[in-house]
Amino acid sequence: MGRKILLAHDHVPGIQGYEVYRQHGGYNSVEKAIKTMSPEAVVEEVKKSGLRGRGGAGFPTGMKWSFLAKPEGVPRYLVCNADESEPGTFKDRYLMSRIPHTLVEGMITSSYALGVNTAYIYIRGEYFYIVSILEKAIAEAYANGWLGKNILGSGYNLDLYVQVGAGAYICGEETALLESLEGKRGNPRIKPPFPAIAGLYGCPTVVNNVETLAAVSFIVNEGGDEYAKIGIGKSAGTKLISASGHINKPGVYEIEMGISVEDFIFSEEYCGGISNGKKLKAVVAGGSSVPILPADKILHLANGEKRLMSYESLADGGFGGGTMLGSGGFIVMDEDTSIVENLFTFARFYHHESCGQCSPCREGTAWMEKILHKMIDGHATVADIDLLWEIQAKIEGNTICPLGDAAAWPVASAIRHFRSEFEEYVKNPKVINKVTRMAV
Amino acid sequence: MSDIKFSKETLALANQIIARYPEGKQKSALIPLLHLAQAEFDGWLSPEVMDYVASLLHIQNIEAYEVASFYSMFNLKPVGKCMIEVCRTSSCWLRGANEVIAHLENKLGIKEGETTADGMFTLKAVECLGSCGTAPMMMIGAQFHENLTHEKLDAIIDTCKQDGKRKTYLDSVVVDNY
Repeated sequence: MGRKILLAHDHVPGIQGYEVYRQHGGYNSVEKAIKTMSPEAVVEEVKKSGLRGRGGAGFPTGMKWSFLAKPEGVPRYLVCNADESEPGTFKDRYLMSRIPHTLVEGMITSSYALGVNTAYIYIRGEYFYIVSILEKAIAEAYANGWLGKNILGSGYNLDLYVQVGAGAYICGEETALLESLEGKRGNPRIKPPFPAIAGLYGCPTVVNNVETLAAVSFIVNEGGDEYAKIGIGKSAGTKLISASGHINKPGVYEIEMGISVEDFIFSEEYCGGISNGKKLKAVVAGGSSVPILPADKILHLANGEKRLMSYESLADGGFGGGTMLGSGGFIVMDEDTSIVENLFTFARFYHHESCGQCSPCREGTAWMEKILHKMIDGHATVADIDLLWEIQAKIEGNTICPLGDAAAWPVASAIRHFRSEFEEYVKNPKVINKVTRMAV
Repeated sequence: MSDIKFSKETLALANQIIARYPEGKQKSALIPLLHLAQAEFDGWLSPEVMDYVASLLHIQNIEAYEVASFYSMFNLKPVGKCMIEVCRTSSCWLRGANEVIAHLENKLGIKEGETTADGMFTLKAVECLGSCGTAPMMMIGAQFHENLTHEKLDAIIDTCKQDGKRKTYLDSVVVDNY
């Protein structure tokens, strides 16, 4: 069994409520930080821990924090990115709805470290039911003196609010999120300036993912060095993986980074193998945006060694032969899956979610969806595969925010690894939608 | 001027939300207030309703329109009392989202994107709702319906019909123990 940090008390009855959470060591990190540590010392522990952003980009959290500008007399903000919308990802939802206090605690400790007096949780609108769960947890934290004025008699003040979105994948991009939090359309901003300099209301702001902030409590309690011992190399700590698709046991798993992909898919502790005794065909390992890999490439590196669940191992081989850990949205496809049709659902998604600000993304995502639609309708030719390739190449790197890249990579990787299937498909489209897939 | 106004309770909640933001930044409350308005005024945002929300925040009407038209969850046209939003992206598609849509089209006698003649149901296919591990799934109001089967779908529709109430994103819901 791997070590659990975030989900250590997941199955304790009543862990959603304050009393039980507190009995299991909840809010100890706030107490330790405020009573015994300077804000700088907390940042130092987070740097030592090697914690990296769990939303998808994997940027070192301590470094992100150290970029935060601290001009005199200007408020700073901490914003939690709970806009989890990357297809295949549902870990933040799991964490927030089952152990809401773990996010509240992490945010208080992190806010103290950053010298923040107002923090917001920006949660996607479709998770509306979690808003009341979080607000209840926040109210309990206020009632018990962990939030509000003069926390633990330290003179430190913090207010925490939940802000709900309204259905826009793009608001998971941190500057689009800030625009949305300001009551605007979710159009990403041009960077620089980065939010650490000019974020919410033009003030210095840190935006961190739910899972990232939740991990801070352990780091403060046990020390950054202790956290860094878990995992493998530069992939320190544990990671929540959202497993879905054709597996026997879909769900959220906390893994110690460094276990093999093969173990993750086939062991009973995790996904429990491919459903209905089918063979593994392909995996999208880190949410819809990351390159899809065929079975042999996801299980093994080019040198034949086992591929591991870590930032480095999943990326091994570059874009030609590797992928990314991303958000940890792990989508498994069995041998009957049509790569072309699955790609169509991704292309349709990115077209729907493009904010429309940059031409390559706005127009390109539309054309990619159209061409794939044409394939499914049975009117495409082999030339359309090349056209698809050409369009994705013209989007990548040519947009303000990473949504353009995110839309291009699934297309590029599907063609790169499954070109013959595309060719076969345009000659003889067989729409797999008609195959019964629902449980009976 | 129209007579669109929040109830006393909703107005109090709206003011409480507005107070969360710093002085002069009340526009931040726009999305939450549009949600309140959509839930209170028959499930959609008419121009009059958006104007009312804008007036509460002392912003131009167009600032409310441009936001309402950007986000998928705001309806700019009337919808049925129960808007069924079926997730159709990869993980749900892999586990039968198309069958869910076909089943509902057949049962309700409408196509995806349409509303039943009695105004009870609107069927909408939407993008990933973050419930991939319990696919296929759909939401009605704030309620997630997960691990759908043909039998479950029939039962959900029947319950909605008997209940007859409008479902909103602000409903309190049963949280699945997934």
